[in-house]
Amino acid sequence: MASWQPDPSFYPSPRMAAKAPAEKLAYVAAFDPDRAKPDAIAVVDVDPASPTYSEIVGQVDMPNTGDELHHFGWNACSSCLCPNAPHPHMERRYLVVPGLRSSRLHIIDTKPDPRNPQIVKVIEPEEVAEKAGYTRLHTIHCGPEGIYVNALGNAEGKAPGGIFLLDPESFEVLGQWEMDRGPQKLAYDFWWHLGHDTMITSEWGTPDTFEEGLVPEVLLGSKYGRRLHFWDLHKRKHLQEIDFGEEHQLVFELRPAHDPTKAYGFVGCVISLKDLSASIWTWYREGDKWAVKKVIEIPAEPADADVLPPLLQGFKAVPPLVTDIDLSMDDRFLYVSCWGTGDMIQYDVSDPFEPKETGRVRIGGIVSRATHPGARNGALNGGPQMVEISRDGQRVYFTNSLYGPIDPQFYPEGIDGWMVKLDVGENGGIAFDEKFFVDWPKGHRPHQVRLEGGDCSSDSYCYP
Amino acid sequence: MSPWLMLAGLGAFHGINPAMGWLFSVALGLHRKSRRIVWLSLVPIALGHAVSIAVVMAAVLTIGLVADQRLLELIAGALLIGWAAYHALYGHRHRVRVGMQTGLVGLGLWSFLMATGHGAGLMLVPVVLPLCLSSGPAAELTAAGSLPISLAAVGVHMAAMLAVTATVAISVYEWIGVGFLRRGWINLDYLWTAALVGAGLILIV
Repeated sequence: MASWQPDPSFYPSPRMAAKAPAEKLAYVAAFDPDRAKPDAIAVVDVDPASPTYSEIVGQVDMPNTGDELHHFGWNACSSCLCPNAPHPHMERRYLVVPGLRSSRLHIIDTKPDPRNPQIVKVIEPEEVAEKAGYTRLHTIHCGPEGIYVNALGNAEGKAPGGIFLLDPESFEVLGQWEMDRGPQKLAYDFWWHLGHDTMITSEWGTPDTFEEGLVPEVLLGSKYGRRLHFWDLHKRKHLQEIDFGEEHQLVFELRPAHDPTKAYGFVGCVISLKDLSASIWTWYREGDKWAVKKVIEIPAEPADADVLPPLLQGFKAVPPLVTDIDLSMDDRFLYVSCWGTGDMIQYDVSDPFEPKETGRVRIGGIVSRATHPGARNGALNGGPQMVEISRDGQRVYFTNSLYGPIDPQFYPEGIDGWMVKLDVGENGGIAFDEKFFVDWPKGHRPHQVRLEGGDCSSDSYCYP
Repeated sequence: MSPWLMLAGLGAFHGINPAMGWLFSVALGLHRKSRRIVWLSLVPIALGHAVSIAVVMAAVLTIGLVADQRLLELIAGALLIGWAAYHALYGHRHRVRVGMQTGLVGLGLWSFLMATGHGAGLMLVPVVLPLCLSSGPAAELTAAGSLPISLAAVGVHMAAMLAVTATVAISVYEWIGVGFLRRGWINLDYLWTAALVGAGLILIV
């Protein structure tokens, strides 16, 4: 699968990637919460000039049921151009799609017909557990040593969760990534600063504490994840742990600055046990250590107990539940999904320590049930969740489901899936594209969105 | 062509390959916003490359002192073709030990590993071996005859490699920019694999 010239979707720097042509297709993970029919990767037409704009134009079903497709990624990306480990003649062609519940890995070829992707390889959970020692596969990143996959549980479904490597050409499971994991036990997300040889990982919990939904005792006991871990990316060694403290629970999505010379990034914390607020933290370099600072706090909104799900009735408030964030390619705008209140907020983070709100829309939400101009039936449920930004920063896509067993804890009547798109103003500001509302077919709920050719959470860069 | 010109030509071929160092030098310069680091990094890149070549050369010639010449050619030729196959099949699978925060020592180590992993020294064997043979009194390998010749060979190769590495690195850093990689980075791995096989065949046939 090598070629004479680098894949045209590889860019040396985020500045150049931001000039990439607009995407025409989006790939969206969709799962059946009842585990009765196979999950799928849906192909959504995002080309405004196309007659099928905002429609699902293709779909590839998984061979089994109950995978719970969640996050996924590409086999190769712009990091292939890095000078220390160059592999520039790979193709960005295959989607690597894990089942979070099943621990099964699917390799999906998007090349012959991007609208009709095909499964070309399935790696069964037993093989992953045997060769890598992990289960509950979560996030995928293409990077210097191949494809990195993280997992929330070990082979027995307990702690520690961690990362393993996949060969980017043969898709063989190569084995555990960590050589010295130090005190790290829980896993959730991971990404890196290629310019600073640093891997960062975050924490959720062990599978037994989330596979049947969030466990209130674990949450209120501050036993879910609340730490960041910093690693030497090349020695594969744990370097430092930062504990956000007992108050903070569920430290999730990691968004390092795309500019490889910058040594800071953003992470969302889903909930504070003190006041149900959510927060965004900036990690940064302080002397020869890493440090964190809370830079955004989003308060909970008071609400009548009778409009709240049982889990929240005692609190008489809707937590914002920041479950995903995403950073634009120029490191200027941070998008924050508030899955509880229904807000999608845009912050100008040019100064990573002084974010300024520059835009906000509301859709769905536990209490607000805000609608969309393209929705036919009014009140929407679910809220802004997995968010993805086009490389040029002009379009933002998001879906509304979080995770099968957790969805009904906050949206007891279940979630009717949708996917929407925002248009971004030149200097910030966001507004719904009224023509883009994907009323997701019943039986599936949409989760992560990946854009054709790469997006703002798929690629990392070695040149500024 | 004169073997010395061949050595210089192979030096230029190695130097022009981004995987042999000029690109790393450019990246370090861009990261640290320093023209000085672009120039400075060329030293460990060239030294790491030269040491790798010298080690391979010493190993081959040491075998040559005890083994029959034909046997040596067959061993070296087979090794080259095997290396080409390995490079084509598993070249993408290396541990990455050196990153963007590396110092000059790390860069030298990186250059040594890259040159060794790519079989850069082996590629020179078909050129250096006849040179050393012709230096002996009865066209045989001798330690005394081979040492100065092979040192000179490493020197010529390194000088050419360094000149090309420096020229490309400075041009890209100062004028061209890394954007050109998107289209201009042709697949030198193909040529490289072909060169390894070619060198192996020269030895065997």
